[in-house]
Amino acid sequence: MHDHDHDEHRHDHDNHYSDMQARVKGLETLLTEKGLIDPAAIDAIVETYEKKVGPRNGARVVAKAWNDPEFEAWLKRDATAAIASLGYIGRQGEHMRAVFNTTDTHNLIVCTLCSCYPWSVLGLPPVWYKAPAYRSRAVIDPRSVLAEFGLVLPEEKKIRVWDSTAELRYLVIPERPEGTAGMNEAALADLVSRDAMIGTAVAGSPEALS
Amino acid sequence: MNGPHDLGGQMGFGPVSPEKGEPYFHAEWEKRALGITLSCGAFGAWTIDESRHARESIPPADYLAASYYEIWIRGVEMLLERHGFATREELLSGHKLRDGAAPKRVLRAEMVPAVLAKGGPCDRPVETAPLFVVGERVKTKNFNPATHTRLPRYARAKQGVVEAVQGSFVFPDDNAHGKGENPQWLYTVVFDGAEVWGEGADPSLTVSIDAWESYLEPL
Repeated sequence: MHDHDHDEHRHDHDNHYSDMQARVKGLETLLTEKGLIDPAAIDAIVETYEKKVGPRNGARVVAKAWNDPEFEAWLKRDATAAIASLGYIGRQGEHMRAVFNTTDTHNLIVCTLCSCYPWSVLGLPPVWYKAPAYRSRAVIDPRSVLAEFGLVLPEEKKIRVWDSTAELRYLVIPERPEGTAGMNEAALADLVSRDAMIGTAVAGSPEALS
Repeated sequence: MNGPHDLGGQMGFGPVSPEKGEPYFHAEWEKRALGITLSCGAFGAWTIDESRHARESIPPADYLAASYYEIWIRGVEMLLERHGFATREELLSGHKLRDGAAPKRVLRAEMVPAVLAKGGPCDRPVETAPLFVVGERVKTKNFNPATHTRLPRYARAKQGVVEAVQGSFVFPDDNAHGKGENPQWLYTVVFDGAEVWGEGADPSLTVSIDAWESYLEPL
C-alpha cells in the first residue's frame, strides 16, 4: 500500500520519489478499474504537451507582431483572436493578453497564487515558474529575480509585473532586437526564447545566434 | 483563504534556480499526474476554481514541501472523494471496491484534441454596467475569507488605478464553493511598488492584478 495522506494525516517526505510513483500508479489503476479514465487519453494529453504545444507557438506570434503592423495592432486590441488566427487556441489560452516591452518599460509575468501560464502559446510551464522562489519574489523584488536569469536592466527601466490572478493569460512581446531589419518571420522567431515571452529574458540578437 | 499558495512577497525561498535542460517531466508519474488531473477535470463534476481551492487546502508544510504535480495529485484525490467518485479506502488500496458517482463524461483518447482545443472559457455576460472606469483610482478591500479568493494578501487594502476593464468573468470566490458562477466585471488594477511594499520598495516597480469588481471600492 502506498502512503496516502489526506489533509490531516501523516506525511512522509523521505523516499518521496518512489512514494509518488506508487501513489499515482495506484490512482490510475483505481480510476481505470472504475471506468472513469482512459489511459490512452492520458497518453494523448502527454503527447500533446510534450510534442505539439510549446513556446515555438508564442515565438511565431512575436515574430509576426514584429513584422506585421496590422497584426501587432490586432494583438494589442484582441490578443485572443489575433493568436487564434495562427491556430493557437485552447486550454489555458482562452483569454489572452499581449503586453509589449518598450524602451521605457519591461514586463514580467507571474502567478503568485498558483501557476497560471499561457499553455496555448508557451506549452507547460517550467518548474521554476511554479516554485515558491519565483512566485514569492517576482512581485516584490523583480530586479534581483531578473539578475538571477542574467538579465540586468538599466536602473531607469521601469518594471511592470503582471500577477495572473484571473483567467487572463499574458504573453510578453519583447522589443525587436537591432540588426534584424529585413529578416523573415521564421528567422525572427528563432530569436525569441520562452523566457523572453515570460519577461525573464529579452530577445536574442542575430549575432548571438550565428 | 490565507493558504500556503498565496506566496507574493513571502521570503526565504532562496534564488530562482532554472534547471539544466528544463524537462517538462522528471518522472513517469508526473506525466500520468498531468493526464489524470485533466481527465478527472473533464468529468464536469467540479470547476477550475474548486480544484484550485482543493490544492490551496493542502496543509502549508506539505504544500511547500511538495512538487507541483504532487500538489495536483493531492488536490484531485480530495475532489474524487468529495464528489463520490472514490472512497478513501479505494484511494488507499489503489483498486475499485464499490461503485461510485457517474461522471457526465469520460475523456476518451479520441476526444482529447477537441477538448484541449476548446479549453474552458470563463467569460460570461453580465447585465450591469462596469462600476469603475479606466483611469479611476480605487482601493482593494481588506478581507480574510476562510474560503477561496483570488485577491492576494499583498494586494489587499491597497490603492491603485484601473488600467483596463477586461470583460466579465465567472467569480471564483463563489464558483469554488458551488454557489454559482455569478459573473462580475474584471479589471486590471495597477499599484505602485511603494503602495504595496512601502519603505524601500523598488521605485521603478509597478505591479498589477486582475481584480473582480467586488474586490474594489471607489476612492
